[in-house]
Amino acid sequence: MTVHELEVSVRKEGGGAVVALAGELNASAAEALDAAYAEAIAGGAGHVVLDFERADYINSTGIALIVGLLAQARAQALEVRARGLSDHYREIFEITRLSDFMTIEGKEHA
Amino acid sequence: MTALTRSFRRKLKRPDRATAAADASIEGAPAAASAPPEQAPVEIGPNDPLLAYFQSASEAVDIDALELDSPALRELKAAGVRLAVPLVSQGELIGVLNLGPRLSEQDYSSDDRKLLDNLAAQAAPALRVGQLVREQEAEAVTRQRFESELEVARLIQQNFLPKELPEMPGWQVAAYYRPAREVGGDFYDVIPLPDGRVGFVVGDVTDKGVPAALVMSATRSLLRASAQRLIEPGEVLGRVNDQLCPDMPKAMFVTCLYGVLDRDSGLLRFANAGHDVPYVKTAHGVDELRARGMPLGLMPGMEYEEKEATLAPGDSVLLHSDGIVESHDPERDMFGFPRLKDTVARASGEESLIDRVLTELAAFTGPDAAQEDDITMVTLQRSAGAGVAGAQNGRVLAELSLSSEPGNERGAIDEVERAVADLGLPRPRLERLKTAVGEATMNAMEHGNEYRLDRPVLIRVLHSRNRLSVRVTDRGEARELERPESPDLEAKLDGRQKPRGWGLFLIEKMVDEAHETSEEDGHTLELVLRLEGDGHDGP
Repeated sequence: MTVHELEVSVRKEGGGAVVALAGELNASAAEALDAAYAEAIAGGAGHVVLDFERADYINSTGIALIVGLLAQARAQALEVRARGLSDHYREIFEITRLSDFMTIEGKEHA
Repeated sequence: MTALTRSFRRKLKRPDRATAAADASIEGAPAAASAPPEQAPVEIGPNDPLLAYFQSASEAVDIDALELDSPALRELKAAGVRLAVPLVSQGELIGVLNLGPRLSEQDYSSDDRKLLDNLAAQAAPALRVGQLVREQEAEAVTRQRFESELEVARLIQQNFLPKELPEMPGWQVAAYYRPAREVGGDFYDVIPLPDGRVGFVVGDVTDKGVPAALVMSATRSLLRASAQRLIEPGEVLGRVNDQLCPDMPKAMFVTCLYGVLDRDSGLLRFANAGHDVPYVKTAHGVDELRARGMPLGLMPGMEYEEKEATLAPGDSVLLHSDGIVESHDPERDMFGFPRLKDTVARASGEESLIDRVLTELAAFTGPDAAQEDDITMVTLQRSAGAGVAGAQNGRVLAELSLSSEPGNERGAIDEVERAVADLGLPRPRLERLKTAVGEATMNAMEHGNEYRLDRPVLIRVLHSRNRLSVRVTDRGEARELERPESPDLEAKLDGRQKPRGWGLFLIEKMVDEAHETSEEDGHTLELVLRLEGDGHDGP
């Protein structure tokens, strides 16, 4: 089975940077995610939005990457938001309490 | 009175020689003051005219008066025998009373002769009875030794046949062994090998009894030892052949089929040292598993061709020994390979292949036939998709094997999703199951199989009325689920815990039950969704 590399793009949006993730968020995504985060903060973003709209698979390693990114952002006092999560991954963000440390944007979020 | 000869001998079971060896030991008359020294019995050869003469003589014979070109007669004369009284029973000379000169130095009177003739007439049948008793005793001793040898042979044989067959998920293995009265050299073995492979052996040592049983036990031990180290069936047979050759008794050899099955893929690699060709029953008919090779123990340095066959679900293999095909019917026709092949072809799934063959064989040989040779069968059947796990675990929706490569958990997720598509699980339930399957598969590939490509992950999806179960099996050692500490996000964010370690936490949150079991050859994590009726969306 081929491993689908995560495709990451970074764009500015208001005072922050949107990191759009497309593909699989797994072990192979580490470098791309790191690079995107570095690019986002290099542009002097006030917050970072992770856009999961096109991330069709997030596994526990992907969660760990997000945790790592969140820890880095916390150290830099940078807000991280999540956008475009499916109901399933929103549930996972809640179970893992990621949602307690990042703002979950999107529809009908309680 | 005269003395009787002291012993009589009679060659057993050789009527052609008709040897009536008579003792020529001579003792004097009862009043003898000094009996002549004991002499060796005189043997009367089968072509000696004296034999015929004695056999037809109706009374005591004057040796001195007898003129025959007979070595025995010359011996008798030289020994000083005067009178010979043939002991004839049912026309057969069974002994002779040989008498030396009377002590009175007179000739034997007609009364003496009459007495001797009467004595002979009564002694002969009595002597014959005595001889028969001795013969029977000797036969009984021989028979007893034979029986105890058979017992020894049987013991050796039984000791070296597997006591039990390994449990193989997804496979049914059965073996049958029935020794002939005079134990032949058949053997079989099922050898668990590393990485979930299993070796299958069926062999036959020429000859019978204890020698065959000893060679069989040696062969079996050598096979077991080589199988663990070499794996490749051709190499295994080559090695065993080289090891057997130096010590093989003359005119003995071993035929042997050796196959190695990969349980997950169904790939059977095999080599054959001149043994009967196994049959595979597939959906399309019956195939023969042919591979070239000389019997073991004849000549060192032999090479064994290696072939392979893939057993699909529902396929079965019959390994057998020649005791089946070489059985005869009352008209002495042989059962033969075509009939066996035909029997395999016509076997249905409802009856075991072994039972089918035995039934067919019994019908062929007839009810009273004595079994001519050992009969040995080993069958190996790959379970058809449905019904593998029995009613207890319900229907098998899917069974798949994945190599342990990063990213392959996606394949597992897709397959499981496809397998459960018809169950109509609510979307959130399905998504949770998919995540749990992905995590369990990753865990199996990483912790169980250490991402080794030769260690696949086996996944089975089972469905019963109120449960959906996904079993993820790796080849790892028995282990506790790795749960060093429950993940604490704050601790992770602060760097007090590593960012990783979410897998099992997620699995347990995603499904209703998660069980793990460790067996000798693998570790299984079972994920269960309880189904409480249609459309129910669990907790």
